[in-house]
Amino acid sequence: MSVPAGPQAPAETDAAGRAGSTDDSRRTLTRTVLRAAAVPLASVALGLVLGAVLIAVQGHSVLSAYSALVLGGAGDADALLRTLQKATPLVFGGLAVAFAFKAGLFNIGGQGQLLVGAAFAAGVGFGLEGVPLVVHLPLALLVGAAAGAVWGAIAGVLKATSGAHEVIVTIMLNFVAGNLTDWLAANPWQDRSGSNIIARTPLVEPSAEIPTWGWLPAGFVLAVLAAVACWFVLERTTYGFEVRSVGANRHAAHYAGISVGWIMASTMAVAGLLAGLGGAIESLGVDGRFEAGVNVGLGFEGITIALLARTNPIAVIPAGLLVGLMEAGAAKMQFESGVAPEIIDVIQALILLFVAAPLIVRWLLRLRDTDDRRLTLGAGWGR
Amino acid sequence: MTARAGPDLAAASGNAGMRGWSPQRVWSVAGAVVLVALVWGFYAWDGAQTTAVLGGTVRAATLLVLGAMCGMIGERSGIVNIGIEGQFLMSAFTAFTVASMSGSLFLGVVAGVSTGLAMGWMLAAMSVGLRTDQIIAGTVLNIAALGLTSFFYDRGRSLGQPKYQSIELGPLADLPVVGTALFNRPPLTYLALVLVVVLHVLLLRSVWGMRTTAIGEHPGAAATVGIDVIRLRYWNVTLAGGLAGLGGAYLALESVGTFTRAMSGGRGFLALAVMIFGRRTPLGAYAAALFFGFTTALQGQFQLNDTFDIPAQFVGMLPFVVTIIVVAAAGLFGRMRDPAALGQPYEVR
Amino acid sequence: MVAAAETVAAQAEPEVLLAGHGITKRFGPVVANDDVSVELRPGRILALLGENGAGKSTLVNVLFGLHRPDAGQVVIADEHVELSSPHDAIARGVGMVHQHFQLVPPMSVVRNIVLGAEPRKLGMIDVAQARRRVMDLADRFGLHVDPDAAVEDLPVGAQQRVEILKALYRDARVLIADEPTAVLTPQETDHLLDVLRGLTDQGVGIVFITHKLREVMAAADDIVVLREGRVVGTTTPAQTSEAALAELMVGRAVDLHGDRFESGATGVGSAVSTAAAYSDEKPAAEAGELPVVLDIAGLCADDDRGQRAVDELSLAVRAGEIVGVAGVEGNGQRELVEAITGLRHATAGTVSISDRDASGARPRQVTVIGVGHIPEDRAKHGLIGSYSVADNSVLNRYFKRPFAAGGMLRRDRIDSHARDVVATFDVRTPDVESPADSLSGGNKQKLIVGREFSDEIDLLIAAQPTRGIDIGAIEFIWRRIRERRDEGTAVLLVSAELDEVLALSDRVAVMYEGRIVATVDPRTATREEIGLLMAGAAPAEVGS
Repeated sequence: MSVPAGPQAPAETDAAGRAGSTDDSRRTLTRTVLRAAAVPLASVALGLVLGAVLIAVQGHSVLSAYSALVLGGAGDADALLRTLQKATPLVFGGLAVAFAFKAGLFNIGGQGQLLVGAAFAAGVGFGLEGVPLVVHLPLALLVGAAAGAVWGAIAGVLKATSGAHEVIVTIMLNFVAGNLTDWLAANPWQDRSGSNIIARTPLVEPSAEIPTWGWLPAGFVLAVLAAVACWFVLERTTYGFEVRSVGANRHAAHYAGISVGWIMASTMAVAGLLAGLGGAIESLGVDGRFEAGVNVGLGFEGITIALLARTNPIAVIPAGLLVGLMEAGAAKMQFESGVAPEIIDVIQALILLFVAAPLIVRWLLRLRDTDDRRLTLGAGWGR
Repeated sequence: MTARAGPDLAAASGNAGMRGWSPQRVWSVAGAVVLVALVWGFYAWDGAQTTAVLGGTVRAATLLVLGAMCGMIGERSGIVNIGIEGQFLMSAFTAFTVASMSGSLFLGVVAGVSTGLAMGWMLAAMSVGLRTDQIIAGTVLNIAALGLTSFFYDRGRSLGQPKYQSIELGPLADLPVVGTALFNRPPLTYLALVLVVVLHVLLLRSVWGMRTTAIGEHPGAAATVGIDVIRLRYWNVTLAGGLAGLGGAYLALESVGTFTRAMSGGRGFLALAVMIFGRRTPLGAYAAALFFGFTTALQGQFQLNDTFDIPAQFVGMLPFVVTIIVVAAAGLFGRMRDPAALGQPYEVR
Repeated sequence: MVAAAETVAAQAEPEVLLAGHGITKRFGPVVANDDVSVELRPGRILALLGENGAGKSTLVNVLFGLHRPDAGQVVIADEHVELSSPHDAIARGVGMVHQHFQLVPPMSVVRNIVLGAEPRKLGMIDVAQARRRVMDLADRFGLHVDPDAAVEDLPVGAQQRVEILKALYRDARVLIADEPTAVLTPQETDHLLDVLRGLTDQGVGIVFITHKLREVMAAADDIVVLREGRVVGTTTPAQTSEAALAELMVGRAVDLHGDRFESGATGVGSAVSTAAAYSDEKPAAEAGELPVVLDIAGLCADDDRGQRAVDELSLAVRAGEIVGVAGVEGNGQRELVEAITGLRHATAGTVSISDRDASGARPRQVTVIGVGHIPEDRAKHGLIGSYSVADNSVLNRYFKRPFAAGGMLRRDRIDSHARDVVATFDVRTPDVESPADSLSGGNKQKLIVGREFSDEIDLLIAAQPTRGIDIGAIEFIWRRIRERRDEGTAVLLVSAELDEVLALSDRVAVMYEGRIVATVDPRTATREEIGLLMAGAAPAEVGS
């Protein structure tokens, strides 16, 4: 372990925080980042290569498919806007997983937390009229974030009090949230205008809309700020110390006087808050309303992104952008080369496989085992 | 009862038997009695509908118990399998596709089981071989299954033949109340029931079952008496995948008769709750599966029936809410003890 | 696989039961065994003597097939063998009694014994036959256990008998016993040595690993002393003395009788009493005059399995005294410490620290009151292995000034504090940014001690403060604990090493089955008396 960083203090940010002004330390920093990023980058490359094989097997042109994918995601201002819009909830979803990870908790509930956040933010967005933007938009965001936080906290509180495993509980809560928001969108909050029969809310008031500046959606700026805030909290505050301690060694954290139950509950609430905020931005900034069943699968994508970022909040941003770009470009790829957009899901799954089992990548690329830190979530269901 | 993984492990002896009935046992028996009385009452009130609900219960329970047995073999060996959902989905897909292309349901089942085995092996390779975190390894299976089945999904394909049909077991099928529900079922349901009993005996009484317990509780001790922990874990997780594969085949070829995107609908996760509720024994899991199956069957009846005006979404939540309550309650009342080495990769020194 | 003794007798007696010739084993840069040779003959007890880390365990793991040697050969029953797993060793009649019992806790005794070599009927375990065989073996060797009890319900001594039976069930002609007496009372130890002696009468050879000189002198036929991975001496009890062995083991002259016990109490069971000489410098004040700092009354606590482990225990520790709790492990010492420090819920009773009620206090409150706690399990409680030395140096004080202000960590203050601790407590580490996992056991422990001593404390609770560390670190930590005592800190010392308790304590409280059964003066009590108390004898029987 030649990287001078504790496993919970991700190598690159740790080094960044301490980097001096000398050339030497800058070179060390670059090397550290490259080393930490080697496996994720190689995983992405391998995922794309195998995706190309699938595309070729189906008789399509790999070159035209991938170039359409990139052009569709970054070819012009519109494409860039689409990518950033797609990336926004992905970054939040990735943060929701990465943050909980620091406390040793596996939040598979990003999906449900995002759904309740999106639905309740939309509820406030169309439900209040004649409120100025400075009140309405923050309020709608806040309600969405709070809904997500509550949804995450349920799992955290149950874990702390009864030992119910957060993985099971968050998965179940995803289904509960799906049903609940379906019902909201199909019944009390349904858009009754015209002959609409779709389960969706009315459009939110203009005073609750998140602005877009050219190709830059304001929501994405929020996502970047959230990532930086997560990093700061985890690395620089006593609360972050407590979260990381619980994740690294629960028993030692207890010995150190940290209330393990409180950290579990509050960490899951923060994770839920992040996902809920992502959902709220989706409703208020992209779709303009809540529609049942939007963003199915986002919880899973958050896992891929968090692991691709090796649970480092800052690295979640590029990871989210990458996946966002693929999703934004998938339509153009289908249009121009006939490849089913679901190929993106397959590539993502492959990337996740390689990131999760770095030994495969190391063996394939003959990489030295530079950093043997392992992601461990602990074990059983009963404790 | 609270502290043991299973009372059977400590060879039933005087002291285990003389402790009398634990509160848990009293509750389960009382619950069973109430349930039987309720079912009987409903049957007297509305025979047709009760029969339909019971049939639906057994139908849903079959899938859940197959998943739960897959999960428990893994967990008794020390491996958490959260990828059952993906194993269901992928196997359902291959079972459906092969049955549709070959025109043989049996070949479809073979394909489903093989797919389950392959995915079991992948889980073993990741969590046992590469020592990836087990929960992440299972998540990889789930995401991969969703991605691959979506990508290869062919909307136009149909099964091209009827799904598995019920077989009446002679006079047993004419029994009141349970006759139709239990003894007039399609073949895979019977197969699942046989597997429940066989696996129960094997896990608790056989040499294999005891060694499996040993590698899940104390792999180091098992290794010192010459048990190849890695090898047995590989075998167990792979073979357990076959059970989930059968579940997938059952879902596509017997329960539904087609394949749709994400058709496993969370039941691979419910199977884990069933396994926990059933205390990692096949018979216990079957009892739990019937309970969960009952909530699913009710959901179906509610949707067909106008007597109760409960929105479908709330009925749809029921199994998931019940699971949360069960998992939380299992923690609050008499913490169940997990196999001691659950979730921990084993490294040969 | 019938009965061990018959098989042994029936076979031609080999000349050498088990041997290692020129064994070398490296772990990364560490050479654990360097050209080590040992030989065991039938009916003899070979003692492998050495400090922690001398390479004893590595050697027996090689002989047992758990590790493969980098060089050298293993001989079993006069034959050179390649062992690829313990299975090979077991098949050739080598059995191991592990220091940490290799038993599956929730399984029954019979199932544990037959595991891996089960009598079967159609793939099912033939329970009746298994039970019968186990009972036969137990009778033949006088190792009595309840065959149907779950192992986790048995006391330690009985679990050890299960381990021995497990080896005998596999027709072991060689029994390797790794620190078998570590968890036993002196009386249980004597019993075990008798059992081992009985086994040699039936032709079994025994490799006996220990760091306790007294046991070596009492039981061994041959002695091999290891130090830093090398054989530094081969002898017999008749040709040597405890002092000579201690010097071989440690590598320098050791003052064995500098402590305050009569040497007639024979007592120096371990070579680590070197620093005991310090303890005669008692603080000026007699303990009785100083105020009570820790006052425990009627304390009860359950163990992890919900069984009562601390049973209406009462104990007081005054400022400026070290009270040592002696007892066989598993008599509630761990639960006692955890209940005092807030790590475990006390079911009844009161704890008061410096006249403040600390009953049911949380770990944070206990720290804030002014308690230092050296926890028993370094890896589990004491340190976060992946954290840096710096973060670990403030593990339970990170929230206090000057390490934090306004919810923010102050890295510069934490780092400079860590450098202080590293310098003052001689923690060998390249820098304070290195992860704690990269330190050796002794340095980890010094880091913990340094952390706990760097704040104002009125009470120090030290649980197994020197377990598994080298002599240099032991001496260092003992000296620091005495210094603290002399400055007026109250010290509660809990140790499974009777020698440590005797060397450090001003008063010795003997704990048995969750209670303090007697408090004795270490200057007048003998090892035998304390041993009897540890084994549960009533104080009245022991006295006079």
